[in-house]
Amino acid sequence: MLTLKLEIFTPEAVAYRDDVEMVLIPAELGDMGVYPMHVPFMTRILPGELIVTKGGETISLAVGEGLAEITQSNVRLLVDMAIEERFIDEKAAEEAVARAQQEVREALMGSQVEAAAQIALLKSLAQLKVRRRQYSPAVK
Amino acid sequence: MAANTRDIRRRIKSVKNTAQITKAMQMVAASKMRKAQLAAIASRPYAQELSRLLLPFSNAVNEDENLVHPLMSVKPEGKDLVLLISTDKGLCGALNTNILKEVSRFAPETTEFVCVGKKGVQFLARAKRTVLADFHLKDNFPFLEAKEVAKFCIERFAQGDIKRIVVLYTHYVNTLVQAPSERVVVPVQSFDVGHANLGHDNEKSDTEVKGEVPEYILEPNARDFLGSLLPHFVCYKIFHLILEARASEHSSRMVAMKNATDNAKQIIKDLTLEYNKIRQASITTEILEIASAQMILS
Repeated sequence: MLTLKLEIFTPEAVAYRDDVEMVLIPAELGDMGVYPMHVPFMTRILPGELIVTKGGETISLAVGEGLAEITQSNVRLLVDMAIEERFIDEKAAEEAVARAQQEVREALMGSQVEAAAQIALLKSLAQLKVRRRQYSPAVK
Repeated sequence: MAANTRDIRRRIKSVKNTAQITKAMQMVAASKMRKAQLAAIASRPYAQELSRLLLPFSNAVNEDENLVHPLMSVKPEGKDLVLLISTDKGLCGALNTNILKEVSRFAPETTEFVCVGKKGVQFLARAKRTVLADFHLKDNFPFLEAKEVAKFCIERFAQGDIKRIVVLYTHYVNTLVQAPSERVVVPVQSFDVGHANLGHDNEKSDTEVKGEVPEYILEPNARDFLGSLLPHFVCYKIFHLILEARASEHSSRMVAMKNATDNAKQIIKDLTLEYNKIRQASITTEILEIASAQMILS
């Protein structure tokens, strides 16, 4: 079976590197699923949930903003944050959400400051969403 | 005489304590320096991928005027935005003095400052320069924190009256040598992310595109894609320069503390010699006194 070589780079480390079957990317114009032999493609990534399918199992990662480069056999992601779901600190993420929401409320002076705060909010929300989806029985 | 030896003993004790502290600081600085270096090395794959993605654009930009992003446009005039990276704490040799000396090369009227590190802010406040913002980064700061700094600079640049963004930092040559230097990060002139000394080497082959470049579909379009790629590039560059300045800080502190420890040890040696001399002299006089008293009695 064909596989995709998925590599996720952050400025702090190579966050993920493995051969996978499918990957769902939170691209700018909507989530996109990528299988092997995809057409060469580049897009922006928004903070959100990235789902990797490998050997029938799925792994989710919370990713920050960045870029994706897709070729027939490779998917390379350059993002400023990538945390596997099992490493997400729920409490810290919650605090970050609260802080970011506060900032969004206060950031009335400049739209750019607000945009920055919005992105920070999205990032922490992405972490929380990934975490909650995995562990709360209510969602299942 | 007894008072004198007690004085010296006290001094030896205090110098010993100092030596212990400086020794400890030296060890801490050494391990922090190592961490900063490791962080720089860990960021290397990201840098390589980033410059690989950017390389095809550098040709395209030359051919197509439409692609030129504001972050790349060279303006004839405007202000300088200087990102001054200094340290939070002292005791790191001449590092801060050297970097702050460089500040005088920027004219007060046409320069605005953004600071990382307390020493820089304090200096600029005394010199009555324009400081727009002051960021505090801990040791082992995550990329996202450095990104905030970069973002602030880019946003200020976007307001239009800034000609270029200059990073004033301490270049890490090796453990013993650090040089204050400046690097222009905006306008972006080359897509080379390589830094020779810290986690990067000059091997060009790393960044060269291997084989055929497939025709990519760019979403939403080439211009927007490059437009979002460039801020990433600038953020990364600033992140890397801060890391480099941190490595310089710690290695400079390590060397300063090593010198302090060595000096303290020398002082202890001198004082011990002095102490022994005085003790010996007092013993000799005592024996002399006893002997002469004995002679008189017999």
